[in-house]
Amino acid sequence: MSAGAAALGQRQRGTSVAQFVERFALVGAWIALVVVFSVLKPDTFATSSNFAAILGSQAVLVVVTCALLIPLTAGDYDLSITGVLTLSQMIIGILNTRHDIPVYLCVALALLMGALVGLINGAFVVVLGIDSFIVTLGTGTFLGGVVLWISNSETFAGISSQLTRPVVVDRFLGVPLAFYYGLAVVIAVWYFLEYTSLGRQLLFVGRSRSVARLTGLRVGRLRWGALVASGVISAAAGVLYAGITGAADPVSGAEFLLPAFAAAFLGATSIVPGRFNPWGSFIAVYFLVTGITGLTLFGIESWVHDMFYGGALVFAVTISQIARHREEHQTSVPDS
Amino acid sequence: MNHDPREVVALRHISKTFDGVRALHDVDLTVCRGEVHGLLGENGSGKTTLIKVLAGFHAPDAGGELEINGRPVPLPLWPGQFRRLGMSFVHQDLGLVPSLSVTENLLVGDMASRRSWRLSWARERRRTTEILTSFGLELDPCAKVSDLRTTDRALLAIVRAVGEIRMNTAGDESAYGLLVLDEPTVFLPTSDRDQLFSIVREIAARRASVLFVSHNLDEVLEITDRVTVLRDGEVRGTIDTAEASNEVLVEMIIGRKLPTNSIARAQTEAGKEISVDGLTGGSARDVSLKFRAAEVVGLTGLVGSGFEEIPYCVFGARAAAAGRLEMDGRTFDLRGMIPSRALEAGVALIPADRQHDGSVGSLSVGDNITLPVLDRYRSPLGLNRRRMRSDARKLLEQFDVRPPDPRFRYQSLSGGNQQKAMLAKWLQTKPSLLLLHEPTQGVDVGARQQIFQLMREAAANGTAVVCMSTDYEQLAAVCDRVVVFGRGRVARELTGGEITEERIAEQCYRFAEEHSGSHLDASGARR
Ligand SMILES: Nc1ncnc2c1ncn2[C@@H]1O[C@H](COP(=O)(O)OP(=O)(O)OP(=O)(O)O)[C@@H](O)[C@H]1O
Ligand SMILES: [Mg+2]
Repeated sequence: MSAGAAALGQRQRGTSVAQFVERFALVGAWIALVVVFSVLKPDTFATSSNFAAILGSQAVLVVVTCALLIPLTAGDYDLSITGVLTLSQMIIGILNTRHDIPVYLCVALALLMGALVGLINGAFVVVLGIDSFIVTLGTGTFLGGVVLWISNSETFAGISSQLTRPVVVDRFLGVPLAFYYGLAVVIAVWYFLEYTSLGRQLLFVGRSRSVARLTGLRVGRLRWGALVASGVISAAAGVLYAGITGAADPVSGAEFLLPAFAAAFLGATSIVPGRFNPWGSFIAVYFLVTGITGLTLFGIESWVHDMFYGGALVFAVTISQIARHREEHQTSVPDS
Repeated sequence: MNHDPREVVALRHISKTFDGVRALHDVDLTVCRGEVHGLLGENGSGKTTLIKVLAGFHAPDAGGELEINGRPVPLPLWPGQFRRLGMSFVHQDLGLVPSLSVTENLLVGDMASRRSWRLSWARERRRTTEILTSFGLELDPCAKVSDLRTTDRALLAIVRAVGEIRMNTAGDESAYGLLVLDEPTVFLPTSDRDQLFSIVREIAARRASVLFVSHNLDEVLEITDRVTVLRDGEVRGTIDTAEASNEVLVEMIIGRKLPTNSIARAQTEAGKEISVDGLTGGSARDVSLKFRAAEVVGLTGLVGSGFEEIPYCVFGARAAAAGRLEMDGRTFDLRGMIPSRALEAGVALIPADRQHDGSVGSLSVGDNITLPVLDRYRSPLGLNRRRMRSDARKLLEQFDVRPPDPRFRYQSLSGGNQQKAMLAKWLQTKPSLLLLHEPTQGVDVGARQQIFQLMREAAANGTAVVCMSTDYEQLAAVCDRVVVFGRGRVARELTGGEITEERIAEQCYRFAEEHSGSHLDASGARR
């Protein structure tokens, strides 16, 4: 009897250690990176200005990843996030620099555009029942075309300081405010997914449409709402991007697409393993950029960035899988 | 019987067509206050479809009417409306999300109906534990549902539905609720079934009516007040249970009498022996067994007595801590057994939880059942799809799967027909050792007989058939030998004239004194 109880205790201890490793492997890897680079490059890497730059530079990616997390939780892809981001940035660029429309109005219009794109995506996905991957791939590409058309492939520089000041110029603790906006979005999305019944409903919809329906959830509306939310938040990411660069260019926004997916999936292996979660993604974003910044300081060529991105993704997922296997193996050890 | 004449739920002229296939045709069903109403019918006769119309999952064809507590309600219902109408459900596939936690699954109904912007998970977990313990159920609120035993999953779904009906009907005394149970007993051991029945009675006496689906006629006769029988999507009739008997029901359900001749048993000639030695795994402790070709052996006991672990360990689906399997002159160490090696050696397993373990729902029936025999269809030009399809159709006809169309989506088959398709899938491989776990779970009375026949035929063709079950009647009907487990070990072996339903039951209980047994506590019923 006591032997059985002891074995049980051991098993649970083993499980919780494995769980801990799984949850915080990415955080550990991030800290390790910071330590290694700080030791190797104490006077370039371990400076407050470098840390501030690292933190400030990724706000756009953090926000656009949060946008993506919402439809992913509901079981839908949204590949139009960067299309919306670029168009939102371009709307601000053109209206503000060419037509002198006040910034707050431009921002409102951009957010409205994001909601509209989400509504259209949702209409195709929910009403017509077309796969979200295809629909949003289509609308994303379409928006890319729209951007090239309205911008004439030009870059619009000189966005009003009314936008750039509160985004990058003003700082708190030496870090541009953009970082805190990103952090605020992470907290908001995390709270929404974790502590509201609506967030839980989305999770159920994402895991099983039929069970969600049998439980009485309005599956269509929820999926639709998730796509609208991701449209609006992506547009907000565009606003931030316009503020950070002080300009609007028609192409660079598209480069956020793969990192956003990488951060979303990498994030789903940590903090709350198995679920898309904003904190996991937040850590993932900063883990990746820390690695790249550090490598850059060594004067390593830029193709290493891609290798680091890809390698880190596979590596982190592997670690958390190993931890999980351990756990499963341990629970399958007979005992009752 | 004198029921309150007021009808709680009245469905009239309900029809439902799926892509031209008629699943329900002009169905009328009324459930009265305080009654337990049975809904019977063959596999695929439309029971679940009717229930899913009530749940707002399927929109019925135009022309149907619904009245609840005397008030007309327009169809189709919108999702979640059933809750406001005082209904709650245990669905046939339970309606749980396996990858989410016990707490989340238990409280999802709450989250669907109540907008909360400040969930406290600590509080929700406490509430979960409270609800579960009030039913005498001990589960970790954080555990993933996929990690639960099948029985616990079923209990969780039942607790959820019963909890909801109590909450929905607590305030308003004038409106009656309806608890719908679609085959709730298939995963339950006897003791839990009895507790479920006492809860059902309590609910029917006080707050709500119950609609109860089962293929087990003894259960139906025991618990229901009236029954409605469906056949091919139409109502065959509604009768008072007091006037019904087993035979009457069978005839209403399958439209003919069951052949009375019992299953023919071949003489057991001493066939090739297959032996399992020193198997320890799960709750099984050092079990040694011998199976012979051309013999049907039953393994039984109470839940947790270890007999259910045997097939999974032998097949390599679960890790064994020790044990050997000897067959055809080869010896396998069960610690390192994996399913592919077991299959190659000629072992086939039909798991109890066929829905999660045995199939891919989104593929066609044909793709599912030809999976283990793909090699047969290999040709220089890739797979011979045409022959695959025609063979699959023959197989489905032979096993009476309805519809016998290989292109039909597996998910769209009725529960019982999914079971039959799984049997077809594995029996066609002609294994030397066939392990069946609850082979007739959820199949109708006619098909049950057919499955018995198939097991005997497989044995007659030289397969060693092993049937794990807590259905003593079934064991008595097909087995040549029954091994009773108690506390992880072989406790008793019954042969010949000893194999009767009563004797098996008696032996099972005798060796299991120490098992606490019931989970659904009666105290949960009286609150
Ligand atoms: N989504 C669907 N698409 C197409 N056909 C369906 C669908 N759902 C059910 N059917 C068909 O409707 C008929 C009735 O199925 P239903 O599940 O209601 O049977 P049942 O009486 O519950 O049977 P069982 O006892 O096996 O559970 C079956 O022929 C089934 O194949
Ligand atoms: Mg059914």
